[in-house]
Amino acid sequence: MELSGIQKIIEKNGTHRSALIPILLDIQDEYHFLSRDALACVAQTMDIALVDVYRAATFYKYFSLVPKGEHLIQVCLGTACHVRGAPGVLNEIQRKLHIKPRETTEDKLFTLETVNCLGACAMGPIIVMDEEYHGQMTVSKVDKLIESFKKHEGITKDEQDKKH
Amino acid sequence: MVKLIINGMEVQAEEGWTLLEAIRWVGFDVPTLCYHEGLTPYGACRLCVVEIGKEPRSKLVSSCTYPVEEGLIVRTHSKRVVNARKMIVELMLASSPQSKTVQDLASQLGVQQIRFKVEHEDCLLCGLCVRMCAEQMMAKAIDFAFRGGDRKITTPFDMKSEECRRCGACMYICPACQLRCDGPQAEQDICNACLQITPECLKTYDDVMCYLTTCGACLKQPETKQKETKNNKS
Amino acid sequence: MSRIKSIEELEKLRETIIEKQKARKLSIAICNGPGCLPLGSRKITQAFIDEVKKQKLTDKGVEVRATGCHGFCAQGPLVVIEPQGLFYQGIKVEDAPEIISETIVNGNIIDRLLYTDPDSGEKIPLEKDIPFYKSQQRLISGNNRLIDPNSIEDYIAIGGYKAVSKVLSEITTEQVIEEVKLSGLRGRGGAGFPTGLKWKLCHDNPGDTKYIICNADEGDPGAFMDRATLEGNPHIVIEGMIIGAYAIGAHEGYIYVRNEYPIALKRAIRAIEQAEKYGLLGEDILNSGFNLSLHIVRGAGAFVCGEESALMSSIEGKVGEPSQRPPFPVQKGLWRKPTVINNVETWANIPHIINRGGKWFASMGTEKSKGTKIFSLVGKVNNTGLVEVPMGITLRSIVFDIGGGIPKGKKFKGVQIGGPSGGCIPEKLVDLPVDYESLTSAGAIMGSGGLIVMDENTCMVDIAKYFTNFLSEESCGKCYTCRKGLQRMHEILTDITEGNGKEGNVELLEELANVVKDTTLCGLGQTSPNPVLTTLRYFKNEYESHIKEKKCPAGVCKELITYSVDPEKCTGCMVCLRNCPADAVTGAKKQIHHIDPEKCIKCGSCYELCKFDAIKIE
Ligand SMILES: Cc1cc2nc3c(=O)[nH]c(=O)nc-3n(C[C@H](O)[C@H](O)[C@H](O)COP(=O)(O)O)c2cc1C
Ligand code: FES
Ligand code: FES
Repeated sequence: MELSGIQKIIEKNGTHRSALIPILLDIQDEYHFLSRDALACVAQTMDIALVDVYRAATFYKYFSLVPKGEHLIQVCLGTACHVRGAPGVLNEIQRKLHIKPRETTEDKLFTLETVNCLGACAMGPIIVMDEEYHGQMTVSKVDKLIESFKKHEGITKDEQDKKH
Repeated sequence: MVKLIINGMEVQAEEGWTLLEAIRWVGFDVPTLCYHEGLTPYGACRLCVVEIGKEPRSKLVSSCTYPVEEGLIVRTHSKRVVNARKMIVELMLASSPQSKTVQDLASQLGVQQIRFKVEHEDCLLCGLCVRMCAEQMMAKAIDFAFRGGDRKITTPFDMKSEECRRCGACMYICPACQLRCDGPQAEQDICNACLQITPECLKTYDDVMCYLTTCGACLKQPETKQKETKNNKS
Repeated sequence: MSRIKSIEELEKLRETIIEKQKARKLSIAICNGPGCLPLGSRKITQAFIDEVKKQKLTDKGVEVRATGCHGFCAQGPLVVIEPQGLFYQGIKVEDAPEIISETIVNGNIIDRLLYTDPDSGEKIPLEKDIPFYKSQQRLISGNNRLIDPNSIEDYIAIGGYKAVSKVLSEITTEQVIEEVKLSGLRGRGGAGFPTGLKWKLCHDNPGDTKYIICNADEGDPGAFMDRATLEGNPHIVIEGMIIGAYAIGAHEGYIYVRNEYPIALKRAIRAIEQAEKYGLLGEDILNSGFNLSLHIVRGAGAFVCGEESALMSSIEGKVGEPSQRPPFPVQKGLWRKPTVINNVETWANIPHIINRGGKWFASMGTEKSKGTKIFSLVGKVNNTGLVEVPMGITLRSIVFDIGGGIPKGKKFKGVQIGGPSGGCIPEKLVDLPVDYESLTSAGAIMGSGGLIVMDENTCMVDIAKYFTNFLSEESCGKCYTCRKGLQRMHEILTDITEGNGKEGNVELLEELANVVKDTTLCGLGQTSPNPVLTTLRYFKNEYESHIKEKKCPAGVCKELITYSVDPEKCTGCMVCLRNCPADAVTGAKKQIHHIDPEKCIKCGSCYELCKFDAIKIE
């Protein structure tokens, strides 16, 4: 990771303590995760104890300390989605990809996340794949969706099965 | 001066005092766990709760953090308070039964049952060590990380910290490992309850200045340690 | 556009804009709200824009407008044609040319796109006649349709910033506060604290530096009204904040928006920039000598940061851990300075109160709860969406008159209201008026406005478990009783739903829940047992079925149910067989299928898909 990029982000936001979270957000947006070096750099440049930076980085859900996969699957577990069957959808994705929420598949293709309400409850259960919403999800639709993404990546079902 | 009423008694307290300070100053006591005179009150363990205000609009607050207020009515041992404290200790007992501090509190408050599944979580997250490290040792080597059920106390990335001077103050003040319990089951001659825990710090430091002459966790071989924890779990 | 330097200039500008807009003969308002966007309304908007260009209608006064949420998300994407208020639903990209040629050019109504009243089967052309809208009072949300949220001029045209000019020119800070007090407005963010009183307390606190904050964290996992307001009409929130800042004497303010709402963020940032450019924010606003600058802060994802002290600590760059109150924010808030923090909807009410008077506002609602409230009506209800109703309306009215009842003829079981720390209200209390006091007495809270409808297929123990788990993950973890107490409650509830419930569980849950309520520091902990306590209060029999009979009456808890095929009803259509992700269904075409209980993962996919009601859950 380019530390000069991190420095630029810090410069943009300033070194006042209140800039810490905006800086971490910007780093997350730019690099998709917060590396050790990045956090150490932030701590040093802003003159904040590393524990404070680490604490903030682990407290908020938006931050990730490990790189994420190519495709991000977000399953809404909001109340509305829950009563409409989101847990079943989540289970199916877990079963299919062999990962739990906040984990990434071995081939670094998918990262699974759960979110609390995306504000589209009317169409629940919702899943978002790479920022595209898929409403009224059912267990059977999950299969098709994930297959279509894999196909796009050129992975056939056979190969996938062989792997596991 | 602030005038308030503690257990029916009129008390003059200094502006800026906490309820706990006023309560202890007049000689009443409430149990505490995460409070330490030399450190900033934090309000994590909730043991020090007292009832304030008039019923039915009274409520419980943590006396170690609540400021004295003019005319406030405070009760330190109402039924509601005592029941709440008992439940708190029962929760602690179920999660950190190896702590002598917790066992002592249980006896003091007459907690005689555990209705939850017993686990060995050890750390109570009272944050005494965090404050000790930051406020007295000026090191800021450890802090809380994560939140909710995942919350823990650690160094950044769980790695050896450059700020840490291995002073051992964190272990000195810890209520979960500082004073070892003699065992929850008195009929057993050798308890070894304290050997069930492996202080987190040992994973990272084996050269810490430990004051715990009776702990011995660091003297054990890694393999036996693991075996023991496994046995205890099953 | 140069800065507006005085109130007269603002009024002149308003006239110019209105004059300009008179050229608009027809407007096509396309909902780009949270519900319609995922259904493709952005593409639909573009299709309309292209079509209008193609048919050369731009000069003929046809305007295409992408707007905020219209409310009736269930029927989206929505298109409303003004000024008539013609309501088209379920629009697709392909419909755009037809709407333009038929409706806009020829003035014909396209029957196919109209809303059909499910009761009478009649087509209803106008929005205002649709039952969903009829019982509502859309004071705040009603404007969404009329404006392009990216355009400050649209907002000015409908009377925007009039309240600011009134306040800055005619009334003292005390009078503003008096008016808000008179209105009886109470905070829409949860606790319902009287807004006027909050302002007064902050106003009376000495100090030169004060802050105002708009709480747009909206962490309630079943609600999106703050998002819709900020996305649909950001300027009304800003206008409210200017008035509040003037009243308490603040010159700096923050809007705290959760990062999961990128559109709301963009709109708010843009609205602030516009307001600055027009001189409605910044130094010497409208030549009054009053200064105010507003900043946006992004929330990095933590429900507890909606709590005011945690929110402020988050703005200060720390973790969102609530702190001891007192001191309250009005005494020592952001950076230990007196601070007023209000919810998005609270702020959005302020301009209305100033324009039309506190007395007018107080004429809506009940004795102690005034005005309107926006709810996000979701779950097992036909007309999901955002509804705005006068306080005091009954739950029945919301669920049945507005919501259109329960889908698929299922039985109504109750509603969950007030967010994760709200409560479940059973069917028998369906005539409860929706106001702060009634809800509290029923064990729930007004909360931020999530209203989730539940039917016979919703398991109340599962709901309690769901919220307990949510809160346990979202708790900051500082208070032992909040962290551990919620974990233990979740453990017991999990045992119960997995068939391991024991005698005494219910009593222990109740005892623990009350201690957690009593001994925690912040609102999260104090209200966190509400889901458990209310379900215990109203649905104890469901707990008992789980514990004693090891049965889940609603057919939700996996460990307690089995799926099987009803041979009487199965037609052998193969749908479930083909769609079973676990290959647990066997059979052949036109033959009765069978579910292998060993293989079945109880995902419910067959139950959902079967058209013949042939899947049994026991
Ligand atoms: C756990 C918790 C979460 C909260 N979340 C929100 C929220 O998302 N939005 C909000 O406006 N208020 C929220 N509140 C309420 C705020 O603490 C505060 O009362 C409110 O913003 C004050 O504004 P009001 O008086 O306009 O309601 C929350 C409170 C708690 C305890
Ligand atoms: S509950 Fe899923 S979008 Fe709100
Ligand atoms: S001693 Fe007060 S909360 Fe722990």
